[in-house]
Amino acid sequence: MEKFTVHIGLVAPLDRANVDTDAIIPKQFLKSIKRSGFGPNLFDAWRYRDIGEPGRDNAARPLNPDFVLNQPRCRGASILLARANFGCGSSREHAPWALLDFGFRAVIAPSFGEIFQNNSFKNGLLPIVLAEREVDTLFHDVAAFPGFRLAIDLDRQSVATVDGGRVMRFEIDPFRKHCLLNGLDEIGLTLRHAGEIRAFEAKRRAEQPWLFG
Amino acid sequence: MQQTLYDKLWEGHVVRREEDGTALLYIDRHLVHEVTSPQAFEGLKLAGRGVWRTDSIVATADHNTPTTGWERGVDGIDDATSKLQVTTLDDNIRSHGAKAYFPFLDARQGIVHVIGPENGATLPGMTVVCGDSHTSTHGAFACLAFGIGTSEVEHVLATQCLLSKKSRNMLVQVDGALGRGVSAKDVALALIGRIGTAGGTGYAIEYAGSAIRALSMEGRMTICNMTIEAGARCGMVAVDDTTIEYLRGRPFAPKGEQWERAVALWRTLASDPDAKFDRVVRLDAREIKPQVTWGTSPEMVVAIDERVPDPEREKDAARREGMARALEYMGLAPNTPMRDIRIDKVFIGSCTNSRIEDLRAAAAIVKGRRVAQSVRLAMVVPGSGQVKRQAEREGLDRVFRDAGFQWREPGCSMCLAMNADRLEPGERCASTSNRNFEGRQGAGGRTHLASPEMAAAAAIEGHFVDVREWR
Repeated sequence: MEKFTVHIGLVAPLDRANVDTDAIIPKQFLKSIKRSGFGPNLFDAWRYRDIGEPGRDNAARPLNPDFVLNQPRCRGASILLARANFGCGSSREHAPWALLDFGFRAVIAPSFGEIFQNNSFKNGLLPIVLAEREVDTLFHDVAAFPGFRLAIDLDRQSVATVDGGRVMRFEIDPFRKHCLLNGLDEIGLTLRHAGEIRAFEAKRRAEQPWLFG
Repeated sequence: MQQTLYDKLWEGHVVRREEDGTALLYIDRHLVHEVTSPQAFEGLKLAGRGVWRTDSIVATADHNTPTTGWERGVDGIDDATSKLQVTTLDDNIRSHGAKAYFPFLDARQGIVHVIGPENGATLPGMTVVCGDSHTSTHGAFACLAFGIGTSEVEHVLATQCLLSKKSRNMLVQVDGALGRGVSAKDVALALIGRIGTAGGTGYAIEYAGSAIRALSMEGRMTICNMTIEAGARCGMVAVDDTTIEYLRGRPFAPKGEQWERAVALWRTLASDPDAKFDRVVRLDAREIKPQVTWGTSPEMVVAIDERVPDPEREKDAARREGMARALEYMGLAPNTPMRDIRIDKVFIGSCTNSRIEDLRAAAAIVKGRRVAQSVRLAMVVPGSGQVKRQAEREGLDRVFRDAGFQWREPGCSMCLAMNADRLEPGERCASTSNRNFEGRQGAGGRTHLASPEMAAAAAIEGHFVDVREWR
């Protein structure tokens, strides 16, 4: 996976709760057999005024000027500020793929859908949980200060305003943190324990042979 | 130490633990479908890795497949990108192997969460994973079953394991008898209405109580299926006679001496009497009424005898705004009686409600009646080829056809509208599926989730009705 260490970036606010993965990347774009190219269709139904289909020239489609990511202040944003339960619903990993492809490296929210959160970690997109109150304050900051940026330091588990005036701490499982900081291949890590897996499997096969074959 | 069912299933599959508690969990059953697997097989190839244990894999094509035109074969898939996904799954399974593969057009093809149980490929005590969030369905068999992303699909293919952190325990206790016209779907929606779509986040849910015990396996699957809509990745029900009787004689269930051994072990798959739960939610089955969603999240749900809520009466500003946005998308005015909501289409199907019992319940409502003139399309999509043939043996297809329903080939169909079955912008649908998100059944489409009986009755009347009073 891609490494994540320190990231400083422009913040885009998406002020609605329960954003589901169907909204992040609609079903018609899941027909691809690739991992890339989903960025232009991120939030497709909210971003464009027409109905998107795979293979269409997205540059020629009418944009919805009211959608926050289409506003000039969000151009080049790499940190998405979101509300509770972001990424609920479908397990489609195309959701973090689309966010990354668009240019996001982190999403900050009070809570996440669990499968989405997991999928994000696997792809080097950092899902950061902050308290509701802290997220509220960040929404106010983004509205008040054009070009509002944040600095994320994974090793220190901190999100800070770029002037260093305010620092917020976040929690992350040590194992996940280690994998992200070093950009480790999790499958490779697991395969180092192949002997233990084989031993577990052999015992299981002896005890519950009906699970095999 | 008293253990919950979840504790037992979890501990029984831990291969090793990291210092922070992250566990390497052994996976017994890997269900694979065409949409979330191609990138995983591609990843294996790029890394020069093979599949760890092919006999753990049961695969089918369901998300993209058409529900009409099967006589045209694979060429019946008009969308070239959908066709490529279906043929890519063919290629991947052919080159890697599987315990069972039910490809497009096969007699046993169907929705992945229907074919696993009906073939006995889902057995108590298993860990079951699939690149699909509704994998929670299989928890009905006292399995630890949950949805995963494509990177994890690749991880399971390559290592037969997953890295995972243990969840907390939640007990949902449903006691009392469900009333006439009230089904498992209504229990699931009532629970989500109570705890919200994030209420179960971080928890594994066990469903217990006399109302759950009284349900068939089909009903238990419906409830476990909807667990993900309550925010929890897995839901489960302890083993009892209903579980054992359902599994007896299924193609992949153990036979003879192994069956006896298996049953003895399965009987232990229940929470210990004094097991501790981190959270307990109690529902009185006698108070649950038929449910219908009014908004764009499964938690936006009320009973059929209620009205569309009024955002003005919501004190929390963020919730008020969310409600107003949902009502605008749904084209509904506050305080409209749910019974007055008129519908354009009806969909009976999906991994939530497409099993034989669901079709029987809907057919009993429809029998001898006609779909309302104002309803443009009413369709029944059986969960699998086996469900379809069973229904046809019972004459249910005739009941539906005579009433004006279309009787389709099996698949996910209009639950997520990846194939040609979809709502047009602005169309309103009574649906037995699991998600009423914006655009879920087609861009601009408006979904009302309900039980098979409620959806069938809505098809006949052209608007929602209370099935308790209706017959």
